[in-house]
Amino acid sequence: MLDNLLLFFQYPPLAIDVILNGLLIGAIFALAAYGMALVWGVLNIVNVVQGELVVLGGYVTFLLVQSGMPPLLGLPVSAVVMFCVGWLIYRAVIFRVVDKDIFISILATFGLSILIQQLANLLFGSEVRTVDAELGSLHLLGGTVTLAWIKILAFGLALVAGAVLWLFLRHARLGQAIRATAQNPRAARILGIDTDRVYAMTYALNAALCGAAGSLAVMAWTIHPYVGLPYTVRSFMVVVVAGVGNVAGVIAAGLGLGALENAAGFIFGVEFQIAFVFALMVAILVWRNARAARKRSHLQ
Amino acid sequence: MSRVNDWHIMAALALFGIAAPFLLPGLVTQLAFLWLMVVFALTWDMLGGRMGYNSFGNIVFFGIGCYAAAVLQRDAGLPYFEGLALGLAVGAVLAVLAAIVFGAALLGIRGHYFAIGTLGLGIAAGEIASGWRYVGAGSGLALPLYPGDLGSREFFFCYSLFALAALCFLTCRWLYGTRFGLALNAIRDDQDKADAMGLRTTRIKIFAWSVSAFFLGISGGLAANMIGFIDPRDVAFAGATFGVWMVLMAILGGKGTLWGPVLGAFVFHVTQELFWTYLLGWQRVALGLLIVVIVVFFPQGIMGWLAERRERRGTAA
Repeated sequence: MLDNLLLFFQYPPLAIDVILNGLLIGAIFALAAYGMALVWGVLNIVNVVQGELVVLGGYVTFLLVQSGMPPLLGLPVSAVVMFCVGWLIYRAVIFRVVDKDIFISILATFGLSILIQQLANLLFGSEVRTVDAELGSLHLLGGTVTLAWIKILAFGLALVAGAVLWLFLRHARLGQAIRATAQNPRAARILGIDTDRVYAMTYALNAALCGAAGSLAVMAWTIHPYVGLPYTVRSFMVVVVAGVGNVAGVIAAGLGLGALENAAGFIFGVEFQIAFVFALMVAILVWRNARAARKRSHLQ
Repeated sequence: MSRVNDWHIMAALALFGIAAPFLLPGLVTQLAFLWLMVVFALTWDMLGGRMGYNSFGNIVFFGIGCYAAAVLQRDAGLPYFEGLALGLAVGAVLAVLAAIVFGAALLGIRGHYFAIGTLGLGIAAGEIASGWRYVGAGSGLALPLYPGDLGSREFFFCYSLFALAALCFLTCRWLYGTRFGLALNAIRDDQDKADAMGLRTTRIKIFAWSVSAFFLGISGGLAANMIGFIDPRDVAFAGATFGVWMVLMAILGGKGTLWGPVLGAFVFHVTQELFWTYLLGWQRVALGLLIVVIVVFFPQGIMGWLAERRERRGTAA
């Protein structure tokens, strides 16, 4: 562990490689986190099933490629398929818990996450899956820094998706309805907005974002049935750090998390990378609480 | 109304607990697990039901108990029962210490943040244990063999867990009747008001979590010895099974009631033993579905449902 830390600082190209690759992976986290922020802000639900939606999106692309389609086509198809899945999940479960106690929605989505995780395990097997996008890699600094083109593409797409979503929420009719519902559902209903439909569309949109993130994840990285909860926790962490209604913050926090996680995976060893993700989330919550407590004591 | 009260039910349960291993010799292991489930549900309900802090990470204390017992029994070089007793004691102490440390850090957090934070805690603990060589890393630890006769092993652990469950129940029953129990409910109902009335809420919360952790730590050591093997993710920090069952049993029975968790543990465990084997690999899918169905359609639990029915009959009469 100490050797790795020394190596990390003594040999800068290696550090650059680890951090750049992390930043690029972070774009995928940002995409999933953006969906979580949307659902959290509008439906007031912490969507614990978020990571499983990402994993399902990855499997859609994987199955498409298995049946002979070009990998990049998987991206829009995953998004569309997951949009429908999200709508179904909303109609089956989520609409029943929207106005209930916070704990009920957390536990219900947690149950859904176990359900989907285990179904994926039975249907697709527990093997680690990946798809080769056949785009090759970019080599920098004499070959010490290797960046797969698919990761760069994922990075660009995440930024574009963030921008499109921002424009959609600002200018489109439905986007405005979503924002109005987030601000005050009762007033939105009085003004003639069908809030139930807005909720359904928001949730489906979130699932589509997750589907796109999953599709990129299976091409740029790997996917297996049990990797869902880490994605949920990453999204949660990013939203907690960035705040619910802050697109630029979500993207920055997502990229930062990617870089931090990749560096930690390198220093502590890959077997502790997931532990690091979860421990980091606990640390962020504790730090956030301590800061709030200090603010309170100033007021007294 | 009938004259059945708490004492009758408790006496019947005590009789059942003592006699059942002799009457149903084929089911001793299942009975032992039943008592373990009762401990799980009761300890979860102390925070989740009574205090309104829904923890998904109580499994951490169980895991700490498992590992403390396993490591001490491996390294202390004591005969079996001395090693076990030392392991249980150290496990309980470590679990309580962990509850104090984690509690001081996490119990100030509320709502979603506490629930997800404790979920993270449980999984992080499992991941760390499965990467840590000293405690066997991903391949887990085997516990020493029970030295007694063949068959007496199951009896020993069944009665130990029964005693633990009984002690846990009586402790809860006693605590809920004191000012401490009322303070827990006050924190659940409105923490800011409880604060304003001068309750030392942080201390009360940490104490409640420590009580939970104490029983979970001991149950961890006993369960690890009963199973004979601990795996970091599937036994000790089994968030996807034990960790979820705790919550589910307490809700199924009716959270925030004394008998609810016990009832929930009985119903859940018996159902599981009867039907689970027919599901052939679909058990965990069924578990997910069960959580969704119970939480969405039956959040008040059996005790809550009974209370509602009684109320409705009262207004109709």
